[in-house]
Amino acid sequence: MADEIQKFKVSIDGITIEVDPGTTILNAARKIGGDIVPPAMCYYSKLEGSGGKCRTCLVKVSKGSEKDPRPMPKLVASCRTTVMDGMEVMNITSPEVLDARKGVVEMLLINHPLDCPVCDQAGECKLQDLSYEHGTEQTRYEFERRSFERIDIGDKIQLHMNRCILCYRCVYTANQLTGKREHGIIYRGDHAEISTFIENALDNDFIGNVIDVCPVGALTDKTFRFKNRVWFTKPVDAHRDCPSCSGKVTLWYKGTDVIRVTGRKDEYDEVDEFICNTCRFEKKHTDDWVLEHPTDVSDQSVIASNHYHAFNPPPVIKEDAQLKEANIEQLARSEKLK
Amino acid sequence: MGRKLLLEHIHVPGINTLAVYREKGGYRAVEKALKTMSPDDVLEEVKKSGLRGRGGAGFPTGMKWSFLAKPEGVPRYLVCNGDESEPGTFKDRFLMTHIPHALIEGMIVSSYALGAKTSYIYIRGEMMPQIRIIENAIQEAKAAGLLGKNILGSGYDLEIYVQPGGGAYICGEETALLESLEGKRGNPRIKPPFPAVAGLYGCPTVVNNVESIAAVVPIVNDGGEEYAKIGIERSTGTKLISASGNLVKPGVYEIEMGLPVEEFIYSDEYCGGIANGKKLKAVVAGGSSVPILPANLITKTIQGNPRLMTYESLADGGFVSGTAMGSGGFIAFDEDQCIVRNTWNYTRFYRHESCGQCSPCREGTGWMEKLLYRIETGTGNLEDIDLLWDIQRRIEGNTICPLGDAAAWPVAAAIRHFRDEFEWHIMNPQEAQTRNYGLAQYADPLEPVVS
Repeated sequence: MADEIQKFKVSIDGITIEVDPGTTILNAARKIGGDIVPPAMCYYSKLEGSGGKCRTCLVKVSKGSEKDPRPMPKLVASCRTTVMDGMEVMNITSPEVLDARKGVVEMLLINHPLDCPVCDQAGECKLQDLSYEHGTEQTRYEFERRSFERIDIGDKIQLHMNRCILCYRCVYTANQLTGKREHGIIYRGDHAEISTFIENALDNDFIGNVIDVCPVGALTDKTFRFKNRVWFTKPVDAHRDCPSCSGKVTLWYKGTDVIRVTGRKDEYDEVDEFICNTCRFEKKHTDDWVLEHPTDVSDQSVIASNHYHAFNPPPVIKEDAQLKEANIEQLARSEKLK
Repeated sequence: MGRKLLLEHIHVPGINTLAVYREKGGYRAVEKALKTMSPDDVLEEVKKSGLRGRGGAGFPTGMKWSFLAKPEGVPRYLVCNGDESEPGTFKDRFLMTHIPHALIEGMIVSSYALGAKTSYIYIRGEMMPQIRIIENAIQEAKAAGLLGKNILGSGYDLEIYVQPGGGAYICGEETALLESLEGKRGNPRIKPPFPAVAGLYGCPTVVNNVESIAAVVPIVNDGGEEYAKIGIERSTGTKLISASGNLVKPGVYEIEMGLPVEEFIYSDEYCGGIANGKKLKAVVAGGSSVPILPANLITKTIQGNPRLMTYESLADGGFVSGTAMGSGGFIAFDEDQCIVRNTWNYTRFYRHESCGQCSPCREGTGWMEKLLYRIETGTGNLEDIDLLWDIQRRIEGNTICPLGDAAAWPVAAAIRHFRDEFEWHIMNPQEAQTRNYGLAQYADPLEPVVS
């Protein structure tokens, strides 16, 4: 067939996949899934123009394409580099990439306050995951970290610049969902900060989404602030008839109380659909919603300690009768919950 | 006496006015190109000339022009990069101040070759006098029928606009410049797409340095082959060098490519040697971004050949023992200068000018600055040197635009060539506050030891 789109063959860490032309290396890797997916802190598939800034997704292109097999001279940002037919990409198989990534993580952390114990994002923070996987145990930074005053952007959102990694996701969200250019970056370099137009309160109906897109705890929901640790809450998918958005959300329960409402996030922590402020901040009662099912949480996530998946007893290394007994008991208990 | 192409009439009084400029043969190139040549002929001459971008990267201008996409019905733009802000470089300012019409003439010819109907000259905001001068020159040219509709009856229309920048170093990077020109925050774009495909307002765009555009004039006047006769191998023509530092005669010099560096520093025609009878310690040969070299490596390559002022010869030895032509900001340091302090000063500049878009550059430049400040003020540790090395290594090549590399290279080169000076600073913090390390083994020739 003439109008059939020709697919490009690309291999990432030796795994070959066929993708449509125009696909980025990152998205091709996400199609394969697993360990070879480069981490991405600033790229957000729903936001046009995002990506390329954090440099955590750097990969090595060891073969440019079938036509031009020369390797690319520098590491490239996989989120913004499109695949070519016959391209060969090295991610976790390249020591150069891993070293560069380690460097980037170190740079991201030198000015981060590491206040995870009091941060609302802890447990669902991309920077936590990233530094756990690619960071070093100790910092080599011996200077004062930069600090800012907390700023309220409207009455529902708080900006804590100390934690910001300047991924620009919220800037793109505000620009693309709200039409007005009120939310942006001021200053340059390591003194750059996120700001609204002369500390304007952002009152757009979709501005709450900046909380969802923030990979760290820089933008937090004031209605949820210090309410609970995320791993003590139980996410449940729910929907309602909303006049302004799709109304498809995740409710975060603590006991019988809905303490937070967010968009539904996929395995890369990207929301499926943006939700409106009414759904996010106003509707915090089970009666407002039609419940669907518990949210599918990866068992790698700390949130999964609420056992939505089948209970997997930890591997018993030593023969320990007492522990074995306890495991059986716990297994029986978790079976009942299903 | 070397040949002068750009600054030939620089000492003629009133050369900044259209009347005197035309009297001295100005705007011949416009007449020749528009009346007797097709745009492709001009492009062919520029290709033949072997002209390389004078802004720093040294990319062949003819090749850059030939990459310009030419879709139907889409305007094309020529943008002149006058955001000269590299520390140690001031040649474009000199050119724009004294012979503004050379730039205007080059703009008309280049725009004609590229088929641009609207061209912009982006000038750094601090250069307000130069902005006024260029605007006056545009008015003069317009009144003489050299700009506007139907130039010299050839049917070619061109408008040139001057855009003052906000004074950010990063806006000298071509995509950041385009963003700034569009009225946005001057953040470099992620490439691809390159400006030749989607540049200003998404249209194909060529961004050239002031000097590159001015150099098109003699190329069109005398032909590309004539231009290519000057210079050595792939470094053709003449180059403006902004010489500064501890020299007897600092200033802007037009040199023929291939001039030995030693001659440039010591001959009376050029810089006239090191000021106050001191000795040369180090040279930054192409603006603050290029690696600094000690005196013995700048005059001779590692093989012992004399180092010449060409793109190839300056880069001979790669990063280990070479440097780069860069934008031609030639800074000489005598024996009294402190390399640690200088490196800190450069890093302070890059920290201040980093746009903050990508993390290695945003965080790394600040970190390096703090470490260097600590070493300079006498509270550093020996491990800091290795840490600095590690940071610069991880910035270089991992950023969106070349600012990260530009911040990393001076630090790398200073540590590579002057490590003992860094160590001396750390080991003798008290002494380092009162005197400088001096020449040590970098002098060329070395002083014979008197026993």
